[in-house]
Amino acid sequence: MPANAHSAAGSPGGRRAGGALEAEVLTVLRNAAPQALTPGEVRAALGGALSYSTVVTTLSRLHDKNVLTRTPRGRAFAYTPAADEPGLAARKMRQVLENEPDREAVLARFVDDLAAGDEQLLRRLLGADLDPGQ
Amino acid sequence: MRIAVYLPLLLPALAALAARPLADRLDPRLATWLLTVSAVALAAASSAALALLALAGLARIPLVDTVGNWSARVMQRDDPTALWVALIAGALLTAAAAAAARMFWRRARTLLAAAAEAACLPGTGELVVTDDPAAEAFAVPGRPGRIVVSTGMLHALDHAERDILLAHERAHLAGRHYLFTAATQLAAAANPLLRPLATAVAYTVERWADEHAAAACGDRRRVARTVGKAALAASRTGGRTRFPAAALGILGRRPASLRAAGPVPRRVAALLTTPPGRRTLPLAATAAAVLLAAALSSIEAAHDLEALFDLARLR
Repeated sequence: MPANAHSAAGSPGGRRAGGALEAEVLTVLRNAAPQALTPGEVRAALGGALSYSTVVTTLSRLHDKNVLTRTPRGRAFAYTPAADEPGLAARKMRQVLENEPDREAVLARFVDDLAAGDEQLLRRLLGADLDPGQ
Repeated sequence: MRIAVYLPLLLPALAALAARPLADRLDPRLATWLLTVSAVALAAASSAALALLALAGLARIPLVDTVGNWSARVMQRDDPTALWVALIAGALLTAAAAAAARMFWRRARTLLAAAAEAACLPGTGELVVTDDPAAEAFAVPGRPGRIVVSTGMLHALDHAERDILLAHERAHLAGRHYLFTAATQLAAAANPLLRPLATAVAYTVERWADEHAAAACGDRRRVARTVGKAALAASRTGGRTRFPAAALGILGRRPASLRAAGPVPRRVAALLTTPPGRRTLPLAATAAAVLLAAALSSIEAAHDLEALFDLARLR
């Protein structure tokens, strides 16, 4: 059941995962950058089906996590992604989404964690092929 | 309803014993398919068996028989299922349905969030490099899926080894391996006896991707070394504090023996031997036969219950 962010946004009535909503909000802001958006504008970009307070809550949560920066505009704040430097943004994105339940299970990691004894076993199997100096 | 109905309840235990040897010996692609289909079929068959037992018990309650058109007395006389068996079956079935529903909901949510994450990752290319000294590499399923590699991991590998890593992660995305692991974990939620099958599939999809990378670069030993180097780099840079192996319940294993080893040394060892070939077909055929037996005994038990209802029909 793979789906992209847009199909997640396409079910505005249904409940969605907190991480998914944060990701959608972040996409909207990233597409709008460098223009900062107010909660009302973000809500409109998401299709307007979410309540204003949900959008504000999500934005301030992302702001608390230092994913977004904000500047006062009129009576509200306008938000924009904190960093465009790819590595930093990706890492923050990961931190945001790491709270999803069993997220580890859907990510295909190249290597699992080594258990006790695994390291000796690897060195025994690969011998000189492994370069311990690196 | 005598023995046939209990067979699907016993077969998952048998499959659990066979899971690890099958994962080690069969061609990983074949093993993944076989174990996934087995897990789903056995979970369905064992749930059906519980449902039949519970239904037979329900039909003996005197008030229920007025709703349907049968005689509770005939049911009590002719059905060999004891009432307490039916009650336990009903309770187990309820627990299985609840666990499976919960697992389905959780996994659907996580896959959706991952797809959103894949779409939100910076850049437009397949590969995303994060500026992180901890050696990390993983694929995020989505449309399209993305591959995230940290600079720490890139530094630990040479050029050819990076290609191997990418080939491995691409195989995961192209083969939709997350669907296999999700299906087996759903089956294991419905019937905890099937948990070893879920663990085995988590391993066989890694082997599948390893063999894909080996076919792409033409050097199995090179792939083995890449996996080993990446694992040592990841453990040296200590990017993570979680221990999925412990979470899966593989605690207390002893070091330095391949039987008790974690997935990484087993993958390396498998790559250092000759690739699993067609010799393993008889093994796969045996497993398929066991599955067929599970399906047939479920059908047989359903037939028996139907015959019993026919007998007890009043008018």
